[in-house]
Amino acid sequence: MTTAATPVRARSFWGRARRCGPWLSVAPFLLIMLVGLILPTVALGFGAFGNGTSDVEAALGGGYRQALWGSLKLSVVCAVLGAVCGLLLARAVLAGGGLLRRLVLTASGVLANFGGVPLAFMFIATIGNAGIVTALIRDWTGFDLANSTFSLYQFGGLVLVYLYFLVPLMVIVIAPALDGVRAEWSEAAANLGATPGQYWRLVAGPLLAPPVMAGALLLFCGSLSAFATAQAMVGGTVPLVTLQIANALSGNVSADHEGVGAALALEMIVLVSIVMAVYWTIERRTARWLR
Amino acid sequence: MRQRNIVLHGLLAAAVVAGVAGCGSSEKAAEAQNNTAAAATATSAAELGGMDALIKAAQAEGQLNVITLPPDWANYGEIIETFSKKYNIKVNSDNPDGSSQDEINAVKSLKGQDRAPDVLDLGGAFAQSGAKEGLFANYKVATWADIPDSQKESNGAWYNDYGGYISIGCDAKKIAVCPTTFADLKKPEYKGKVALNGDPTKSGSAFAGVFAAALANGGSFTNIQPGIDYFAALKKSGNYIPVESTPATIEKGETPISIDWDYLNAGYTKKLAEKGIDWKVAVPSDGVYGNFYCQAINKTAPHPAAARLWEEFLYSDEGQNLWLKGYARPVRLPKMTESGKADSALVAQLPKVEAKAEFPTTDQIDGAKKVLTDGWTKALTG
Repeated sequence: MTTAATPVRARSFWGRARRCGPWLSVAPFLLIMLVGLILPTVALGFGAFGNGTSDVEAALGGGYRQALWGSLKLSVVCAVLGAVCGLLLARAVLAGGGLLRRLVLTASGVLANFGGVPLAFMFIATIGNAGIVTALIRDWTGFDLANSTFSLYQFGGLVLVYLYFLVPLMVIVIAPALDGVRAEWSEAAANLGATPGQYWRLVAGPLLAPPVMAGALLLFCGSLSAFATAQAMVGGTVPLVTLQIANALSGNVSADHEGVGAALALEMIVLVSIVMAVYWTIERRTARWLR
Repeated sequence: MRQRNIVLHGLLAAAVVAGVAGCGSSEKAAEAQNNTAAAATATSAAELGGMDALIKAAQAEGQLNVITLPPDWANYGEIIETFSKKYNIKVNSDNPDGSSQDEINAVKSLKGQDRAPDVLDLGGAFAQSGAKEGLFANYKVATWADIPDSQKESNGAWYNDYGGYISIGCDAKKIAVCPTTFADLKKPEYKGKVALNGDPTKSGSAFAGVFAAALANGGSFTNIQPGIDYFAALKKSGNYIPVESTPATIEKGETPISIDWDYLNAGYTKKLAEKGIDWKVAVPSDGVYGNFYCQAINKTAPHPAAARLWEEFLYSDEGQNLWLKGYARPVRLPKMTESGKADSALVAQLPKVEAKAEFPTTDQIDGAKKVLTDGWTKALTG
């Protein structure tokens, strides 16, 4: 707090209220942070280290470590693909304008919230082995998707299903940033003799890098925490941390695994914290050029 | 810190006031409370003065909280309804699709609350670990002697209730020749058609499916690895798809062959027949694996008398036959068959089991679980 440095002039109620004002106004946010983030994290810490370090060690080894890598791989692939596809789609749609723009943005708002078991079942019913689209393709082209190298029930299939809600999410979060890039800037760059490549590399690129990265981070966290869809589609055959946490906390097979579940959840928090820290560092570096 | 203490004291004071106010009710309620208090420690109906006294105490409580009992699982829908009508007790069914761990969590987190579960239907491992933690009340039903010693905790903390065998369900309209053994499932004609009821590291029936496959492939109760290898090979050949099979995926045709408990598969037969699906059920002759679930009473049950009455009802001839109607094999079935109390029409509709099944001990199951949790994902990835 910097209030100590400011001379104490007003001793009236309003004067005090004004000094506390900034803190009062963020109080609800801090309260939510406390209840929704800090307290659960502390509780997880107690749960994870309740039996000494054995649970944490277990959560870092064997199948659990594999799950951690699996989640990381899936999230990175989904974040990169989702960010690129979402950016391109948003750019195309915004450039098109008019009705298309409104349609796509509204649809994105709906699709970005799609998830869980219904999403999994939708894909199973369309491009699963007995899916409608699978049957149509077989009837029309003679190509049998169910007998090809593609399978919905593996890593690639999961990425496809996740992109179904991640790309629209990227469109929503990146559209305002794209709108912020003025047409005048590209015209000005062109007037000064810049090629389109140079414009994107030196002007629009640096401007858009922070929001694109922020979007990718959001997608990363989204796919890292997704759970019900994967559970219904691939069970334990694609290793994921969220599935392991679910097994530990509400399984029918292994008893007394609550500590490991808490340790795994703690790992996820640490993972996201690291990613956030990296993002902030890069963002600060790019932001320097924008000042 | 100080401020928090003040808030805490305030809350405590409010709670005390509410408690005192709650105490000032009629004599009848006081009597009911006495009965409830007596029931909370009763280890048999006789201790409370016989069945009539138990029924009276349970009716004074008026309610029973059950948890994780899906209505279409082992006929629980009808069982709950029959109990409720027979004794005029309202049954509150919470979290029907939950797991055994959810039940244990509820016992712990809702302790002392009116909505805590009274009775539990648990997997063996959870019954044992819960008993070790002292979460359950000891209670012996009137038919206690009919339950084999190996299928109950000697003080009555838990006791097996119903069980079944791993079976292969098959959509006879989509599959030309329905598989009846684990060896059959490897045939190329079943590519992309074989599913389990979930992830075996989470779902009890899928775990049992892997165990059964182990028995079919040279494994034993102390060696589940061949089952893991079997499914790894099945995944590689494309026969096994990791979709969690449900009536919805069966109806859609995505999981035309589903390995699951026989009582669930047999239950689906009736349900799916209405949708025009001919769901055939076979207990695989090369991998006969059976297991039982367990009943237990929450030690801090909000309705202790109703909880005990529920157990008496389940283990009565009527209750046992109701499970049988749901294609589950109740624990008293052998004795009831001997004495002619089992409904023979219901026995006849059970899927046939060719070999005499043995059951793994809890230690064997625990060992298998460890191997499975460590090895399943690794073996099946890719």
